[in-house]
Amino acid sequence: MADVLTYVLHYEGAFNKNSLGAVSEGAARASEIGGECHAVVVGGDDLSDELCQSLGAYGATKVFRAKGAEGLAQPVVDVMAKVVDEHGHNYALFGGGLLGFEIGAGLAARMHAGVTMEVTGVRAEDGKLVAERPILQDSKISVSRYQGDLGIIIGRINAFEIQERDGGSAEVVDVDVEYSDWSNKAKMVQRGEQRGADVDIEGADILVAGGRGLGKAENFKLAEELAGAFGGNSAVAATRAVVDAGWYPYAAQIGQTGKTVAPKLYLAAGISGAIQHKVGMQTSENIVAINKDAGAPIFEFSDLGIVGDLNKILPKLTEAIKTKKGG
Amino acid sequence: MKICVLVKEVPDAAVEKRIDPSNGRLDRSGEKNLNPYDTHAIEAAMQIREGGAAEVEEIVAVTMGPESAVRALHKAVSLGADRSLHLTDDALSGSDVAATGYALSKALEKEQPDLVLLGQQSDDGECYTIGAVVADHLKMPSLTQVIKMDVEDSGLRCERQAEYGYDTVQVDLPAVISVGDAINEPRYPSLKAIMGARKKPLETVGSGDVGIDSSKVGEEGSRVQCGDFHDPEAKPPGKIIEDEDTNETVEQIVAWLEERKLI
Repeated sequence: MADVLTYVLHYEGAFNKNSLGAVSEGAARASEIGGECHAVVVGGDDLSDELCQSLGAYGATKVFRAKGAEGLAQPVVDVMAKVVDEHGHNYALFGGGLLGFEIGAGLAARMHAGVTMEVTGVRAEDGKLVAERPILQDSKISVSRYQGDLGIIIGRINAFEIQERDGGSAEVVDVDVEYSDWSNKAKMVQRGEQRGADVDIEGADILVAGGRGLGKAENFKLAEELAGAFGGNSAVAATRAVVDAGWYPYAAQIGQTGKTVAPKLYLAAGISGAIQHKVGMQTSENIVAINKDAGAPIFEFSDLGIVGDLNKILPKLTEAIKTKKGG
Repeated sequence: MKICVLVKEVPDAAVEKRIDPSNGRLDRSGEKNLNPYDTHAIEAAMQIREGGAAEVEEIVAVTMGPESAVRALHKAVSLGADRSLHLTDDALSGSDVAATGYALSKALEKEQPDLVLLGQQSDDGECYTIGAVVADHLKMPSLTQVIKMDVEDSGLRCERQAEYGYDTVQVDLPAVISVGDAINEPRYPSLKAIMGARKKPLETVGSGDVGIDSSKVGEEGSRVQCGDFHDPEAKPPGKIIEDEDTNETVEQIVAWLEERKLI
């Protein structure tokens, strides 16, 4: 028996997509090593029996439910450590996202377990799970093998596909946990604050995305004018760095903690192409990158790369597209 | 308040990184530098000191690594740390993330800090997680990817971007906080600070000095083994245009877009 325990994050009564991906992946892999996939949920009254049972549709057979603070990692470490202690799970699996990293790492410390993060693939090998993660700016893949009682696997964002099946209802088990002192020393004051205007980038066919290379907030107008020239179903998106800097609204953010998009055309202006950004846009049909740094990682996964000054290129490109559209 | 800043020596960004096929570890020869993400953590410590909301008695840079890691400590001191602590021991070599976090927590226990700061990730290992490991061992509350931090009463008010937007979290001290690179713009060290860095106190300790259980560190104490390094499925390289004549460049871009019916 080799069971897999996953953590499922929820917000306002709905489960996180990356968490559902982790449950699906956990169920598929557990069946290959003769085990089951279970899930841990931590929160308040919104974790109804019905909601928890619904994880069965993704392959979970048991859901361990604990009352506790939401949106913070350390209380979940307490819950998962208790569940693993009592039930002897061999693997803990997390979907991509901030909390999964924190919980997985905390659990590794608590249980003296091996941990691998940014995992893009899990497979069974001789009755055990091994994890594959890209390293060195995605230029190599490294394979992790675990020793000891527990192996911890933290996925990269969007790495695990959601597989929903008909029927399937998970058994809900309530867990009483005495939280660690230090878990009670962080308190959520405000969660999920949206900053800036509400814009829709997920439905766009053409996205012009701006990064730090734009130089200043005002230069986003170059991106907006270009998106305007394309017309139709186009929009402007942004990287985390410029959203955190307050240059552009949070709703327009692509990547690890933002949105995942796959438009027909993704035009990246002044974006270096860090992995946290790449994971949110790499399945775009056509990727065009403009960056003054010829060594920027984005050129390694763009279909058309332009090494040059976007202050010169963007306005002329906007004019040229307008002319084409007009003519 | 005493602040410890965890720092790391990493291969310089300009050096091509590779895996040493003989031992499966990152080849860490060649030019080294202070992990650029750590400079944000040192700057955050300096801003607490200069901000006046709390009196900072001491900022201590702490690292684990071979002899050469001393240079990262010198750099950290030139950026504002008062002194540094170097944990170095052959027995620690080959430690995985969990083992490294354990060893660092033992070094930190010796210092008894009120606040441990670190950068969001190392430029080489790309792990993002050492703070959470250290915090669990130290039994302290912890947050990663913090982009705004204010000292208030006995704690910190922290902001960060999480799965559903921006979260604001109140954290009691002592705590372990990993800061995102958006938190500040690190200052450049003055020439005087660079020259003076070598004269600041630097203490070197081994595993035994800080009570590290040798069965939990090094290759033996690590519970995950990495190997079978291979190339990912490669996407065919895209077309690259070096912009010399912008009008010509734009014509090429437009033609490329038209070919794909994107205009």
